[in-house]
Amino acid sequence: MWALGPLAFANPWLLLGLPLLPILWILLRTVPPAPVRRLFPGVALLLGLADDEVQTDRTPWWLLLLRMLAVAAAIIGFADPVLTPRADTVREGPLLLLFDGSWADAPNWSVRNEHVESLLGEASVAGRETAVVSLTDLPPRPVLPFRSARNWLSDLPGVGPEPWMPDGPAVLSWLSGLDGRFDTFWFSDGIAQDWRSEALAELQERGQVSVFESRHPVLALKPARIGDGTIQVPVARSRSNETSAVVVVAHGLDPGGIERQLARVDVEFPEGESEAEAGLSLPPELTNRLTRFEIEGIRSAGAVSLTDDSLGRHEVAIIAAREEREGSRLLSPTHYLEQALRPGADLIRGSVQDIVLASPDVIAMADVASLAGSERNAVEQWVRDGGLLLRFAGPRLAASDIGREAEEVLLPVRLRAGGRRVGGAMSWGEPKRLRAFSAASPFFGLTVPDDVTVSSQVVAQPDPSMAERTIATLADGTPLVTRKRLGNGQVVLFHVTANADWSNLPLSGLFVQMLERLAVSTRQTLPSAEDLQGTVWTLERRLDGFGNVSAAGTIAGVDGVRLVTESPGPDLPPGIYVGESGTIGLNAFGASEQLAAAVWPVDVPVKEFAASQSLPLKGPLLLLAILVFMVDVLATLWQSGRMSRMGAPAAMAGAVLLWHASPAPAQEQDFERLVSAASEVTLAYVITGDAAVDRVAAAGLRGLSNILVRRTSVEPAEPVGVNIETDELSVFPFLYWPVTDAQPRPSAEAYEKLNRYLRAGGLIHFDTRDAVTFGNGSGGSNATKLRQLATSLDVPPLEPIPHDHVLTRSFYLLQDFPGRHAGRNVWVEAAPADALQAEGMPFRNLNDNVTPVVIGGNDWAAAWAMDAQGRPMFPVGRAFSGERQREIAYRFGVNLIMYVLTGNYKSDQVHVPALLDRLGQ
Amino acid sequence: MSVAQATSSTTAQLRREAETLAEKFPPLLASAERLAACVMPGEHGRRRVGTGDEFWQYRPSSAGDEISMIDWRRSARSDDALFVREKEWQAVQSVMIWLDMGRSMHFSSSKSLPSKVDMARRLALALAILLMRGGERVGLANSGLPPRNGHAQLMRLNSAIAEGEDTTDYPVPELADAPARTRAVLLSDFLGDLEPVRQAVTGAADRAIEGVLLQVLDPQEEAFPFAGRTVFESMGGTLTHETLKADELRDRYLERLADRKAELWELARLAGWQFNVCRTGSPASAALLWLYMALAREH
Repeated sequence: MWALGPLAFANPWLLLGLPLLPILWILLRTVPPAPVRRLFPGVALLLGLADDEVQTDRTPWWLLLLRMLAVAAAIIGFADPVLTPRADTVREGPLLLLFDGSWADAPNWSVRNEHVESLLGEASVAGRETAVVSLTDLPPRPVLPFRSARNWLSDLPGVGPEPWMPDGPAVLSWLSGLDGRFDTFWFSDGIAQDWRSEALAELQERGQVSVFESRHPVLALKPARIGDGTIQVPVARSRSNETSAVVVVAHGLDPGGIERQLARVDVEFPEGESEAEAGLSLPPELTNRLTRFEIEGIRSAGAVSLTDDSLGRHEVAIIAAREEREGSRLLSPTHYLEQALRPGADLIRGSVQDIVLASPDVIAMADVASLAGSERNAVEQWVRDGGLLLRFAGPRLAASDIGREAEEVLLPVRLRAGGRRVGGAMSWGEPKRLRAFSAASPFFGLTVPDDVTVSSQVVAQPDPSMAERTIATLADGTPLVTRKRLGNGQVVLFHVTANADWSNLPLSGLFVQMLERLAVSTRQTLPSAEDLQGTVWTLERRLDGFGNVSAAGTIAGVDGVRLVTESPGPDLPPGIYVGESGTIGLNAFGASEQLAAAVWPVDVPVKEFAASQSLPLKGPLLLLAILVFMVDVLATLWQSGRMSRMGAPAAMAGAVLLWHASPAPAQEQDFERLVSAASEVTLAYVITGDAAVDRVAAAGLRGLSNILVRRTSVEPAEPVGVNIETDELSVFPFLYWPVTDAQPRPSAEAYEKLNRYLRAGGLIHFDTRDAVTFGNGSGGSNATKLRQLATSLDVPPLEPIPHDHVLTRSFYLLQDFPGRHAGRNVWVEAAPADALQAEGMPFRNLNDNVTPVVIGGNDWAAAWAMDAQGRPMFPVGRAFSGERQREIAYRFGVNLIMYVLTGNYKSDQVHVPALLDRLGQ
Repeated sequence: MSVAQATSSTTAQLRREAETLAEKFPPLLASAERLAACVMPGEHGRRRVGTGDEFWQYRPSSAGDEISMIDWRRSARSDDALFVREKEWQAVQSVMIWLDMGRSMHFSSSKSLPSKVDMARRLALALAILLMRGGERVGLANSGLPPRNGHAQLMRLNSAIAEGEDTTDYPVPELADAPARTRAVLLSDFLGDLEPVRQAVTGAADRAIEGVLLQVLDPQEEAFPFAGRTVFESMGGTLTHETLKADELRDRYLERLADRKAELWELARLAGWQFNVCRTGSPASAALLWLYMALAREH
């Protein structure tokens, strides 16, 4: 590479072509433009006419200059010049490019990469050995992978930001193991770390260090939490004086299971504060469907906050045996259950059938012995579909015969008659304590308080399967909580009551924890390490450095304790973890972490990286050369007279257009026109782009308007053409759409607009104008075109106009609908199949709505068309019968507009007898 | 190749050529008929072949009138003057048409315009149809077709006009064969050397032939919309002229063209002929009407 100030050339030897330019000048000057040979009989008159001046046999100087310019631009362009305004210190020796590589780098990753690429390019020019190391992805041994810089260029796309922060101790130990001297370019993510200064000192020992940092502050979202009935998402920024406002977007699944933006909230940072809170108040329905929060416009794992069960609220239905004992609420069989569940779940009550319909997550039954057959089947089906049936024992269950002889489907175990009492006034022994939970139990890890005792319980009948179904036992080994899998769901039985009658378990904190573990209720805060003791969680969806969430694949489960005690790292990637009792979201940026801007010592040069450091000029110069050549072509044509005089301005205009190469600005809505169209009935036609067709359509609607004014009380304004791409349609009650072969397909937005128009009661009258019978796959090219046009339209099933359609009698009584052609088939929305013959009327009780489309091919506009004097513009049929056909065409038009404006009013006449009858009474 | 194939291919070629030839006639004849239909003869009396006994006018007799020419009945009604009864001129006329079918006439500046020779052919044939309908005899000077009337003559004219070609750029009018006291119609662009035309016209005038000169021009020939370095070639390639700035020549060319028209007009005036210009861009019916009127003017 050869540099000329800030301009460097990759192929400088090509510049040797520049001295050739003067030679080219001389050559071009002496060669006159080639003559045009023309056949011209008048040449006889020209003989002997000499040219006045002979100067023009040379190329004019400005044309020469133009060509010189083009050639010079091409030569310089091919020499591959690069403009590098930055005069970087080109030094010797090995070079280390050190990335932080954390999620905080992700928003600027591409800009950084460009910068890194240019640095690598320079290093390769300078012949420096280079190593690229990301601190989040350290090489296993403290050896720098030095390679040629060009070699690294191809590897660079493989280096990406990780969704965690560098591990400080590991970084320091790795750095201290390095030997040799090298310079370092450190691409910092801009977040203060306690290990940074030490690492910097290590690097400075080995050579010069330059730091590159984005000047944009780092923004991050902390895990969302519930507080004061709203969801609160704290937002942190690394510099408290910049970026005062952000938008936090809540994403979640819509009822169809498709991920959508559910809510967005603007967050303003208080002046000088580094943290702000986004508060969202969402209905529980939406809250349960939330999957993550994001800071809008920032692609980074830190700007994503995954939500887990701590936000979701389960719906728990409670069915109790009796509800009659009002006033003694503390004795209610479900009181403690409700108290335990209320913070973390939405409770619903009602009959069993209603509850099953509501499909709650959990149905809790307190001392309910048996259910009616249909209820039982419904509940069973619900459990098999994945529900959790939580049953509590009680006097009724103990007294009933259910589950005595054979295993009851909705009970985990068979029960012995009567239950047992221990430690009561009438029994021997102490009330029993709970035994510590076994490893197979979902409660494993919960500590059992000493003061939890059980005085009564229902007793399970020993069965071969009893051991595996028991998840909690009393100290003497009798099952206290049993569980049975049933289909996708489970049935859990607490062998005690849900109130304090039989045991003080419901009064203890253990009860709440047990319910949480069973995923009956959900936590309100992040679970503590204690809560998670002994649980194993597997990563289901993982978060990458850019904040994208994807399926995690199979990764070995992690100990639940680590989820709350450790920060994310390579072996604990952030994402959604799934365990027995629900999901936990591990975010890249934890709730307790702080963001602060990195502070560097004064002697370390800190630079920003800009979008583009070096500007390759090859493209622009070659483009310039091509454009100049094109101008030269035009100029030469013009100069040699080959471009006709009329063609010259057009070609110039073309060249100018080419130069701009930008589409004309979108046409402004003509509001005046809209207002006038809205204030009067205005018939409109769709502009097809075919001038002749559009003219006929306009004349046709004008003719129809004339007829309407003359014969009816409808007095339409002058018809207008409508561009379906740009115009507002809703002000037009009626759109006439002549179908032409050459019409372009409307855009998706236009279709949306058309569908909105149709749903809002608009009527589009399609006219293929070719009289070809439409339907059953037949039809001419226009019908094919119509089919293409209408595929994206919201068109209901169609049928040919039935003899009793309202169109046949909305003003005139008609059975034919001719235009310029007299095709019989005109299609409208099909009547419902169950339409009944109206009593005493020759027609059916038809549907209430107006057909959104009328489709035919009779070229009505041509039949209606009138010129400015009100004379028909096109002949119709022959002689008198033709005039009759035109008259019927007018009548059809009147009927159609009446139908558009009054809907099925005429059809309502069928109700007249009934109305009269009612009036008579 | 077998004999049969050779024969069939020859036949096919012959037939193709014949069709190529034949296809010209009906359209030309039809378009000429259409054109002729635009002009309704009606201003003067030569509507049918007659023996010349239609009354035209009475005029007072003058010295030199034969006695037999005097209409005694009319004269008796007046007091003193004698009147001569004049009859409508109904003698059959002969019209010789000469049509320039040289290469230069095959020029048309745009695809939408007919070539000059097409225009001239249509005009000539339409004029022939009109004249024959009026009972005149029409001949074609190009091929020495003597003036006659009748359908067969029309067919002969048609084929001669449609087929005729002249390989020279600017052919010379041939009026030497035209019988004396006939009428002549010269259709050409008159862009070539004018001297032969002058000789032909004066020679014809000497033989009491009256006639019409119609200059058929292409719009481009009257506009000269050229610029830049140009080599102009005549249609046959016999004449070339190179210029470096065609637009500089425009004024002088137009001046020369105006001079040429003035010369022709002067020539026509001296010979007692009539001259007009018609452009391929404008309707042929106007030119035909003018031709017809010019031929009929003196009667």
